[in-house]
Amino acid sequence: MVYVVVVVVQAAIAVALMMHAAAGRKAAGPRLERENRLVSSLKLTDLCLFTEARYTRHPSMADRNTAFQDYPFSFEHFPSGSLMPVPEILRK
Amino acid sequence: MAWIDKQKNILDFTLSSLLRRKGKNAALAFVYAVVVFVLASTMFFTHAIRKEAMLILKDAPEIVVQRMVAGRHDLMDLKYRDGIKKITGVSSVEGRLWGYYYDPLFRANYTLMVPPEFKYQQGEIAVGQGVSRSAVTEEGNIMPFFGIDGRLTSFRISELLSSESELVTSDLVLMSEQDFRGLFGIPKMMVTDLAVTVGNPQEVVTIAGKIKKEFPDTRPIIREEIIRTYDTIFDWRGGIMLVIFSGALLAFIIFAWDKASGLSAEERKEIGILKATGWETADVILMKFWEGTVISLTSFLTGIIFAYLHVFFSSAVLFEPVLKGWAVLYPQFRLVPYINAYQVATLFFLTVVPYTTATIIPTWRAAIVDPDSVMRT
Repeated sequence: MVYVVVVVVQAAIAVALMMHAAAGRKAAGPRLERENRLVSSLKLTDLCLFTEARYTRHPSMADRNTAFQDYPFSFEHFPSGSLMPVPEILRK
Repeated sequence: MAWIDKQKNILDFTLSSLLRRKGKNAALAFVYAVVVFVLASTMFFTHAIRKEAMLILKDAPEIVVQRMVAGRHDLMDLKYRDGIKKITGVSSVEGRLWGYYYDPLFRANYTLMVPPEFKYQQGEIAVGQGVSRSAVTEEGNIMPFFGIDGRLTSFRISELLSSESELVTSDLVLMSEQDFRGLFGIPKMMVTDLAVTVGNPQEVVTIAGKIKKEFPDTRPIIREEIIRTYDTIFDWRGGIMLVIFSGALLAFIIFAWDKASGLSAEERKEIGILKATGWETADVILMKFWEGTVISLTSFLTGIIFAYLHVFFSSAVLFEPVLKGWAVLYPQFRLVPYINAYQVATLFFLTVVPYTTATIIPTWRAAIVDPDSVMRT
């Protein structure tokens, strides 16, 4: 019986999280609208996720000689950029 | 009612049987849950960020036109703007002024930009939250920048851009056109690139083609391509995470397969005793089915719940080193929980169903053998 209770609790948590997801999506609506207006007014083109190099900061805008740049939606040529940590010499 | 009672009794027996080998089964359930957690975290994260990118960038410029010189993005003369304006279907063309600045003091890269309408005076800037954090500065402070001549120019921070927009503004430094041109020495008739607005969205691709034809040294980038870029990036990064993880995944598959399909001598003996005490072959198979379901369903639910908490409550803290790369300045953001039911269903059918079915065939083989011979081996 304990196992059934465990599964029921897990399922209840999963359902609660689904409801949380639905509420989160609804609550994010106004914020996304404000961000859209900002993107539109500043004429932004990219997300600010990876600021280490110009071709990672603006992957859709970077030139053809850098990664991603055979065309704007091409694969990254240098996956090491995603995986290598900062060399020790640069940390000092 | 009798059917339900029977299932309940078999489930009770299965659980007590699992508890007799609790160490082994707990280890299996833990590894199983970790595997589901990593797979689900990757799926949740990449799907949510792609969806967010798509929604945020849906109002990005319809076409951005860059000038290419020797394969590199170069500054653009405003005469291109006048030429592109004449193309039928183009509503407006505006020059954009933006660039990068490496702050040697804090070792962070900023994006300097001139907004179409800058509401502050010359000598004033608006900065993103990431810049404020990395340069340990706030509204009202002075922020110095090295100009093209090597001299320091100080700007007063008049505004901190909102933290809710960090995903697009974290590294931004907004300044006036005069300040930007002065800092980088950009002549008055030059801009970084052009943002083109098209009257009819259906004509965007045609107009981009016309721009490329009339100005062969330019590269038009349409909004669809910008959004697709983010699809590719997160497919790739998600793929890399899965490739790294695939060794552990294979080890788990072998472990789980071995555990599920190869019955131990003790389990064979147990089946023999059950058969000798009157259990039908179907009952034994049902018991093993419940055993597989108990382990895989519990692990699946545990993995999925922790993956959700990891991605949407802790902002995918375990993925941060992979996502950050070499970046010093990284935005703080919480993803909107966009969950793809198709992905959850795929994960379910790839984990729970194979494990549960893998337990049945060896059990059937053991269950059809004579109980006496099974117990003697």
